[in-house]
Amino acid sequence: MDYRIEVEKLNVYFDELHILKDVSLKINKNMVTALIGPSGCGKSTFIRTLNRMNDLIDTFRKEGKVLLDGEDIYDPKVDVVDLRKRVGMVFQKPNPFPKSIFDNVAYGLKVHGIKDKDIIEEKVEDSLKAAALWDEVKDKLDKSAMGLSGGQQQRLCIARTIAVEPEVILMDEPCSALDPISTTKIEDLIHRLKKDYTIIIVTHNMQQATRVSKYTAFFLNGEIIESGPTDKIFIEPCDKRTEDYITGRFG
Amino acid sequence: MQRVLSPKNAQKIMKAVFWISGIITIIILLFIIGYVILKGLPVINLEFLLGEPIDSGRAGGIFPMIVSTAYVTLIALLVATPLGVGAAVYLAEYAGEGRLVAAIRFGAETLSSIPSIIFGLFGLAFFVIYLDMGWSVLSGGLTLALMALPTILAASEVSIESVNKSYSEGSLALGATKWQTVYKVVVPAAMPGITTGVILGMGRAIAEAAAILYTVGAALSIPISLMDPARPLPLHLYILATEGISLDNAYGTAAVLVIIILIITVVTNTLVDRYTKKMMGR
Repeated sequence: MDYRIEVEKLNVYFDELHILKDVSLKINKNMVTALIGPSGCGKSTFIRTLNRMNDLIDTFRKEGKVLLDGEDIYDPKVDVVDLRKRVGMVFQKPNPFPKSIFDNVAYGLKVHGIKDKDIIEEKVEDSLKAAALWDEVKDKLDKSAMGLSGGQQQRLCIARTIAVEPEVILMDEPCSALDPISTTKIEDLIHRLKKDYTIIIVTHNMQQATRVSKYTAFFLNGEIIESGPTDKIFIEPCDKRTEDYITGRFG
Repeated sequence: MQRVLSPKNAQKIMKAVFWISGIITIIILLFIIGYVILKGLPVINLEFLLGEPIDSGRAGGIFPMIVSTAYVTLIALLVATPLGVGAAVYLAEYAGEGRLVAAIRFGAETLSSIPSIIFGLFGLAFFVIYLDMGWSVLSGGLTLALMALPTILAASEVSIESVNKSYSEGSLALGATKWQTVYKVVVPAAMPGITTGVILGMGRAIAEAAAILYTVGAALSIPISLMDPARPLPLHLYILATEGISLDNAYGTAAVLVIIILIITVVTNTLVDRYTKKMMGR
């Protein structure tokens, strides 16, 4: 099996708080992996470790290894800017920039040094098409992204992320602020994107995990209790706690 | 026990009190502006606006003073804006919490509460004498820059601080550097607040007489070079009134100054409003 990301014995601390405990997980290439678990179990901290967003927090400290394509992303030689280009992220609340729709998607390209207008225009169009947003916005690319609906904003954020051609896309509860119809659109989109990208999605919605993911990891109190093919986790979990959680007995 | 005032009545009375406070504020403002403009209007005509003063300002116009005002204010803003915004970016985005930051903030706050005449004295000692700039547009402009600086800094810092943190996160997650994030996302989003700060700073600079009293000279001719002495409108107004030259022309000068400030404020507010609407898609 070809792994995109391998996490080995990861421990994360904020000050004295031990958030992640000996977490090990292998993430398959071009597949969707869902992370489930109750609030505060460390799912978000976990994915924020994968693109080093936790570095922004002064008290963050970690032990263990995170390998991307076999390379340790916490190696001092690794350029964080380069890493975040390879590992994109979509946030819980849609966070488009207060700029035009076009500039939102072009932003990543520009910060990575692409200046050619034709190339930028082409990539913006491709990305918006890939994010299933093009038809809705093609006539108002110069309008502010803040005027879009929540669901459109989230698809714009996905377009913005894929414009810089990452290998991995991290999604931190991308639908939790959206209505059911927008959620369906995002899920359809995830299905279409998975052949080109390795996707890791944090979700509180069990149905969503079964609908979109091939592989699931269940987090509880900072530990991975169980991980494996989504079918197996949901049909015949090995651990009593997993069963309790997915059947809604707690969480 | 019978309550003297029911909550409902108390609510009504307080609402009236606040309403009256608001109305009084507006009336005072309108009264001052109206009084100055009404007293000044009779002397304002094209000759007054575009002519040179005759006989120390007893007659003639105030064109050199309008030019002087534009000149010193522009210098003040050209110096104070990059410094103030730069320091604000540092404080809001880079500095974190430390002694240096506390010192800069304390310094800025103190600076903004120093009486303007002290700035004038400092300008005289430092720019005019020590740096040998003499009584000039440059000395006056730099002195005004010092006065505008804390205002611009404080407003910009608040504005940058209040930019939604999710914007920076989104930018950093795309692989942008901190500087790219600040320059391309945070500062543009804070622009309306920064602009308001610059306009407040300008308001301080453009209307200031005491700070330029000892630094800009009192020349009646149009200043051309940076080293020429000048006489901005507030100073002209001060001299006309205190030396008993012409009270009518003092009101005329005051009215012109007030109208200039009103125009700048209205125009900037409109532009800021338009920018915000475009940015936020409303």
